[in-house]
Amino acid sequence: MASDSPAADRREFMLRVLRLGGLSAATIGAGAWLHYRSDRPKESEVLVADRRTGVPADPNLPEMVVAQGESPEALVRRAVEALGGMRRFIARGDVVVVKPNIGWDRAPEQAANTNPQLVAEVVRLCQDAGARTVIVTDMSCNDPRTCFERSGIAAAARSVGAQVVLPDERKFRQVNLGGEVLTAWPVLEPFLTADKIINLPIAKHHSLTGCTLGMKNFYGIIGGQRSRLHQRINESLVDLTAFARPTLTIIDAYRVLMRGGPTGGSLADVEFKKTLLAGTDPVALDSYAAKAWWDLDYQRLPFLRMAQARGLGKMNFEEVRTTFLTV
Amino acid sequence: MRLTQTTLARVRLVSQAVFLVAFFVLLFKSEFTGSFRGTSGQVRLPWPVSIFLEADPLAGITTAIATHTLYRGLWWSLVILVPTFFLGRFFCGWMCPLGTLNHFFSSLRSEKKRGKALLDSNRYKPWQAIKYYVLAAVLASSVFGALLAGLVDPIPLTVRSLALSVVPGLNYTSGALLDVWYESPSRWARLGADAAQFLLQGTIVSFRQPHFRQAFFLGAIFIGLLALNLRVTRFWCRAICPLGALLGLASRWSLVHLTKDPGRCDNCNRCLVHCQGGDDPIPGPKWRKAECHLCFNCVGDCPTCGIAFSVGPFGSNATTLEAPQAQRRKLITAMVAGAALVPLLRSTTGLEVEADPRLIRPPGALDELHFLERCIRCGECMKVCPNNALHPAFMEGGLEAIWTPVLVARVGYCEPNCVLCSQVCPTGAIWEITEAQKLGRPAATPARAGVPSPPEAGNPIKIGTAFYDQGRCLPWAMATDCIVCEEWCPTSPKAIYLVTTEVADADGNRKPVRRPYMDAKRCIGCGACEFACPVKDRPAVYVTSVGETRSKTNQFILPPAPKR
Repeated sequence: MASDSPAADRREFMLRVLRLGGLSAATIGAGAWLHYRSDRPKESEVLVADRRTGVPADPNLPEMVVAQGESPEALVRRAVEALGGMRRFIARGDVVVVKPNIGWDRAPEQAANTNPQLVAEVVRLCQDAGARTVIVTDMSCNDPRTCFERSGIAAAARSVGAQVVLPDERKFRQVNLGGEVLTAWPVLEPFLTADKIINLPIAKHHSLTGCTLGMKNFYGIIGGQRSRLHQRINESLVDLTAFARPTLTIIDAYRVLMRGGPTGGSLADVEFKKTLLAGTDPVALDSYAAKAWWDLDYQRLPFLRMAQARGLGKMNFEEVRTTFLTV
Repeated sequence: MRLTQTTLARVRLVSQAVFLVAFFVLLFKSEFTGSFRGTSGQVRLPWPVSIFLEADPLAGITTAIATHTLYRGLWWSLVILVPTFFLGRFFCGWMCPLGTLNHFFSSLRSEKKRGKALLDSNRYKPWQAIKYYVLAAVLASSVFGALLAGLVDPIPLTVRSLALSVVPGLNYTSGALLDVWYESPSRWARLGADAAQFLLQGTIVSFRQPHFRQAFFLGAIFIGLLALNLRVTRFWCRAICPLGALLGLASRWSLVHLTKDPGRCDNCNRCLVHCQGGDDPIPGPKWRKAECHLCFNCVGDCPTCGIAFSVGPFGSNATTLEAPQAQRRKLITAMVAGAALVPLLRSTTGLEVEADPRLIRPPGALDELHFLERCIRCGECMKVCPNNALHPAFMEGGLEAIWTPVLVARVGYCEPNCVLCSQVCPTGAIWEITEAQKLGRPAATPARAGVPSPPEAGNPIKIGTAFYDQGRCLPWAMATDCIVCEEWCPTSPKAIYLVTTEVADADGNRKPVRRPYMDAKRCIGCGACEFACPVKDRPAVYVTSVGETRSKTNQFILPPAPKR
């Protein structure tokens, strides 16, 4: 509205100047504040995980059990029993992650993924020992939705009441692995929050390391561009094992993919070894399996030597207390 | 009679809602969510996710003209076409998902459609005949084996736009919101986010965020079409839609007519206010049957019951124009143009003359000429691919093949145990195959009757061949162990083999390195190696289309004799 007197006009002028002054002050203030906090974007925050998943050693019990027999379930039951029983590893109320190999879109007979019967039995043992929750998860290579189904592991684990976690991209947390070559990597969250970790790989042929066993199975706890790990595979394996600290390692060698691994596909490459290794020393177990089925001496596998140097276990499996069972 | 017809408009609304919801449910179900019985189970979708495409009479007719056959579920199109003979364009008004979306956006308040302008905009316009020319052009081109209909057919258009652009966009939006939610330090908040994600999973949220080439353009075209409704009610349906034109043509002798009683009309023009088709329900000009969507708005709006739908009267009818009003000369021009497009498009190189290395078709795809006779560019194969491997082509197959599926292995590879794209393809451009056929294994169960085996049953279907770029490959160029490609290679025995070679590294130390080689005879072109290669931008191993089973000409090695 047009002012009708010089006085009103002056008042309107003053009010306007005040308003514009306020607006200017606010604009300059906001600009100054934004300018002050301007900084080069930082890397997203990286967690340092504090994890205690090991159990104390017991000199009266074996560190490794090699069991042979017809039934996968009986093998794992007897082997864990020989190690002192699942109650030695799992406390009442624990959250346990069971980490099978669910890497590939392959059926159990093709022996590219851990035997589903074995997974179910391990879940059951954990539950019997009083575990509150048993989580079964892995970061598959092929589409996880089909890998979890085709491997039979999702169905087997669910049938015994385990919680099956698909590696959704939102299930990862950026974590400092504190390794020699592996530092900030996305890790599947259950491995960060669980009280106990049971590593449940299947023994397979692999072109780069000769064979893929327990330590290599920990590739499945991380996401990100894993394909770069092969360039420093020995250091990567040690870094991952040092980070993962498995409570218990159980290597499935019931069916063994002797050639064409780790994907396989042809039944002609699968041999029935009907064996299971279980133990608390992840290095000795890998060393034993490499020797047993691929005739690879531990001296020829650099990751075993490096792992021993880091104190993760003994590379000479003859130095660990071993029990042989026929089930 | 009036009460019934007012009710019919409400029933129509319910029908539109039901079919739109069904359309979206099936779209969301076009994703393998991971459940099959037993480990030998097949990756299959339990829902008839392609039914809207199969029931599309334009897809049925154009592929029938091009191939002289009617593929698999396309006979569902007769379920729409034959009733249209009797009833008229009920599909447009009652069922079409794009029609319903256009209907909804047309009903939004618009400055351009008020008062007299609204009434005028809803009178018949001569440009509504354009759709018949579009139809003439796509029919003529299909005679010559080019299925350009898919570009403008509303059902493929809607599936393509929603599946490849709108739904991934919504996925991105909800993902961004979930990410904020997940970043909350509160454990309970994260559990809430878990629950929200669980609820959204299987609708707008996929297991993995999908990305598609050209998604922006596909979405922009679609949103532009919807926005046109703010100018002219159902502009697409009235002016462009070749399926609407086809159904308008099909309703030439239909039995349902709008009868007008000029004596009862007080010229209030209310019948025009909500008219969808622009078919002149007002007394005075003739009612245009071919334009009417049978929405029943006009009869409900008439305060004096001066108009009503009825069966008949037939014969000389002074108030109805039964045939679509298209000019013969323009129809012929459009047909000639549509027909001439085909040789014009094919006079360039491409097809068998110059095979494009990037034109990697999904397994089961027919040879390129037969493929182009069928592919309606609906994008269903791309939506369903669990690895996000299939993308709409740009110029890989020439202009004619725009938006047809190509494999982009850098984004996703072809999963050997999956045949979902061939399961959902409504027209057989990707012919239905079994896992056994794809893998070249003896079939566990006999192939379905009427589904012929692909050529060279006994050998796996090869969609291309992988090659090494030795200048970028770590063991070849950088004296570094890698062989991730070999690890991922799914064939057994592996197509990638290794030769240990002693090389010197940058410091002059001799060291053994495993160098990968490709056995082209074993390679199936799945692209797993290209996908897994750690050289992120331009991979050191890459698949090109050469050697694809479907082509007789795009070959380079003498293949082994087929296994018997």
